[in-house]
Amino acid sequence: MKRMILAMCVCVMMSFSASAVFAETDAYHVGCVFSITGKASWLGEPERNTVQMIVKQINDAGGINGRQLVLHIEDDQGDNTRAVNAIKKLIKKDKVCAIIGPSLSGTSLAGVPVVTQEQIPMISCASAAKITTPAEERKWIFKTAPNDSDAARNIFAHMNTHNIHKVGIMTDSTGFGAAGREQLKAIAVDYKIEIVADETYNPTDTDMTAPLINIRNSGAQAIINWSIVPAQSIVPKNMKDLKMTIPLYQSHGFANIKYAEAAGDAAEGCIFPAGRIMAVDTLPDDQPQKKVLEAYKKAYESAFKDHVSTFGGHAYDALWITADALKKVGDDPAKLRDEFEKTKFVGIGGVFEFSATDHCGLDKDDFSIMTVKDGKFVVLKE
Amino acid sequence: MKGKNSAGLIALILAVILLPYIITNDYYLGALIFAGLNSLACIGLCMLMGYAGQISIGHGAFVAIGAYGSGILTASFAWSPWLAMFCSLIMAVVVAIVLGIPALRLKGHYLAMATLGFASIVHVVSVAAVDLTGGPSGIVNIPRPKLFGYLLQTDTQYFYFVWAVVIIGIYCAFNLIDSRVGRGLRALHGSEDAAASLGIPVTWYKVQVFILSAVYASVSGSLYAYYVNYIDPGPFDISYSVLLVTMVAVGGLHNIWGALTGAIVLSLLPEFLSFVSDYLRFFGIEYQQDYDTLVYGLILLFIMLFLPEGIFPSLRGAVAGIIALFKKTPRMSGQNSGPIAGRRFSGHDK
Amino acid sequence: MNPAEANLVDLVQFFFMGIQRGCIYAMVAMGFNMIYNATGIINFAQGEFVVLGGLMMVSLTMALHLPIVLAFILTVLFVVVVGVLMERLTINPVKQPTVLRLIIITIAVSIITKGAAMMFWGKGSHYMNHFSSAEPLDFHGATILPQTLWIMGILLLVVAAYVFFFNFTMTGKCMRACSINRDAARLAGIDDRKMVMLSFALSAGIGAVAGIIITPVIQMDYTRGAMLGLKGFGAAVLGGLGNSTGAVAAGVLLGVLEALGAGYISSHYMDAIALVILLFVLFIRPSGIFGSSEAMRLKEF
Repeated sequence: MKRMILAMCVCVMMSFSASAVFAETDAYHVGCVFSITGKASWLGEPERNTVQMIVKQINDAGGINGRQLVLHIEDDQGDNTRAVNAIKKLIKKDKVCAIIGPSLSGTSLAGVPVVTQEQIPMISCASAAKITTPAEERKWIFKTAPNDSDAARNIFAHMNTHNIHKVGIMTDSTGFGAAGREQLKAIAVDYKIEIVADETYNPTDTDMTAPLINIRNSGAQAIINWSIVPAQSIVPKNMKDLKMTIPLYQSHGFANIKYAEAAGDAAEGCIFPAGRIMAVDTLPDDQPQKKVLEAYKKAYESAFKDHVSTFGGHAYDALWITADALKKVGDDPAKLRDEFEKTKFVGIGGVFEFSATDHCGLDKDDFSIMTVKDGKFVVLKE
Repeated sequence: MKGKNSAGLIALILAVILLPYIITNDYYLGALIFAGLNSLACIGLCMLMGYAGQISIGHGAFVAIGAYGSGILTASFAWSPWLAMFCSLIMAVVVAIVLGIPALRLKGHYLAMATLGFASIVHVVSVAAVDLTGGPSGIVNIPRPKLFGYLLQTDTQYFYFVWAVVIIGIYCAFNLIDSRVGRGLRALHGSEDAAASLGIPVTWYKVQVFILSAVYASVSGSLYAYYVNYIDPGPFDISYSVLLVTMVAVGGLHNIWGALTGAIVLSLLPEFLSFVSDYLRFFGIEYQQDYDTLVYGLILLFIMLFLPEGIFPSLRGAVAGIIALFKKTPRMSGQNSGPIAGRRFSGHDK
Repeated sequence: MNPAEANLVDLVQFFFMGIQRGCIYAMVAMGFNMIYNATGIINFAQGEFVVLGGLMMVSLTMALHLPIVLAFILTVLFVVVVGVLMERLTINPVKQPTVLRLIIITIAVSIITKGAAMMFWGKGSHYMNHFSSAEPLDFHGATILPQTLWIMGILLLVVAAYVFFFNFTMTGKCMRACSINRDAARLAGIDDRKMVMLSFALSAGIGAVAGIIITPVIQMDYTRGAMLGLKGFGAAVLGGLGNSTGAVAAGVLLGVLEALGAGYISSHYMDAIALVILLFVLFIRPSGIFGSSEAMRLKEF
């Protein structure tokens, strides 16, 4: 019993002293919220790795304006409530001047009211267009991931050139899939494409036979699958199992070579829009992003022994945009926000041009349409 | 109400009044608000599990019904938060009756499966019924309620509000336990057959307490929606229902205070872990958040292995021990406390 | 192909899909039953055994390139060791075991296993090659994967081994005796604690086999355990807890119902459809389709 009381005392003392640990007042404090564990860890992990790599690079080079950059990284586990909580914690406990993340559309949208009320700028790494639109209501919100609506436009434009008029769409029931479904249904009309089947499924499903058969029976000429892992590797596999041969389009979420590997030769020929980082080797030398892309790919792959993905790139862009702004105006949140609106930046996602009416900064042309050929990503057209 | 319980309640009221003066950081107050919301659901669940001896791994669903009811009615139909809360409460009661009457005929693991299945169904519906619930994108712009004309805007105000509800909840629970119904429930927990032969309407009592626990959960859900101002299906999956049961069991099943302790401890554990991680970093040990899952599991395991009746009875034992140290009198064992320690849940001896 | 024929082909296709997942539910349910019979608890870490089996098999075959048979045996051994460790370290030391407390302990173990698997295998989804060809076979217009045939075959083998073990070996008979009446078995000289350990070993083994055979089809990651566990629990309850032949039938039935629900109603509501049916069955027959209410009365919760 005495030992237990002693242990309790030690615990209490430890917790009191811990609260006094981080008092580096002359540093710049920036918060990050990523889905490091849980269902969307495939997004959060490269993002976390990337920001840790960059912050080390910045601080080794003497910091920003002679001050260290301190990152406070929180894990929301892909859960909206945890994201809201983490954002509150960063703002109120760690007193950050800006927030990078969250990783997901759902968690980002959940965080919007909090940062708006607290007036702290947030640069989301998620793709749903409604995170930053309408810009007047999203005064404090920016994002570095390209819009899902632009991804959809790229897919439909490609279909137009290939004489495809009837498509079946299948989306998973995550925030990403649901936002994608909305955009696909809204934009299809502009490209005179008819959606003949609209299937949704749970992200945990491991067998897509049922929605695929329904799409097959609807007479669709192509399939668009809008989902996160592992469904995007299972869909091409199941199509092969069912001997379906119509073209498969996937969302920009497919942009990690691991997913193509997981699907094996079933993924061959599957078409998707993605940022240029995925096909860096095939870019012409005068492409403005080429140098940045090559440097990031090399640094990331040598540091983490892992394939580079577009997702880490979103965090790369967000952190560098923040660092550049900190250098110019210091860590006043309102000034940072105004500076973000003026930012022009050549990054991983594309060439960013933010403005008072555009808080995304990327457009349709920052995507390339890619396909899988011999187990590698190649650009279909630039 | 028994003397000890009133003393405990007064101590809790004092602690609640004082805490915002000690904890000035809004973030930690926020964590305590979540702890309060979990406590509310756990108090209801504790009456069902600890007093009536019925397990439910589906109470997350009632929290979801409260949250979605309030969220939809206020955000989409612009109802007053109070009216919306009342209506979702009625809905939870109706669902509890419809589910409870057939389900409470089931026993043990079968009841556990039925409630687990129910929680799963509610979760699937909240994801799939996009037109009603907003699907995975959820519902935004849920307003805060007004109390006596004041909007509960700051975290401090909301903290007082939530914990006031928790205290009222505890008070009601104690009154119920000391009533005729409460005594009936305890008899039922001991042996259903014996209780029935004494003329206790067994099924009706079980359904009643099931409804009551659903009410607690539903109120907790409504208050959650008003606090976060945003809901989506994520927080209400089956793992949340399992977490509620775990909280009650960890704290101590057979006592309302136990449920409260378990809810607070497990709600604050992640905050404590992040505290520790700061501390370790200070000593140059890089603690990754990836380890959180593992550490959380280990702590849970240790509590269950070494504190057999749950945290609260052991804590009470420890306090009694300290008092005994000072009094230097032989102390009583703190084990086997609670109104009906053991019994139904100890079906298997080894 | 005329429309009626096309409909039939779809039906057969859904049926194959259902059988495939049903076999896995059946094996998870058998694992649940073994531990239930020995201890009266539901082991919430049952799904994690499946995950561990799948992930270990991926490492052994895809990274170390071991032959499939050797990798299969090593994986099962590994998970059996995990199961035994779990029993020795977390179940056996409990001095005052109550059902609820043991259940929470298994929940804790499942969280720990999940955390450890995440650290060891990472968060990505892992894939492995099919046992034989990955080319689908044609069956009157519908297609079936050779792997599905493997899954069905291995399930039959496991059931056969199960029946043999519990009916024709001394240890198996001892285990049955323990599950019927623990005290009487102990009086007859059976070491009931050893039987509990054995039940964890066997149920971990079955879980590992399920994980190994399904991974080529569905891929595996560390978060899969909970869902597999839930479905397996559903199958075990539907079949009548403790009744393993019932569990096999119920598992396959549940899989087929899910597949038909996904095909003809909505893949979105698939999980809910199976569960609604499960609830109705429970409300009509409170001890499962194949369970007897008398057996249930003996196992007080």
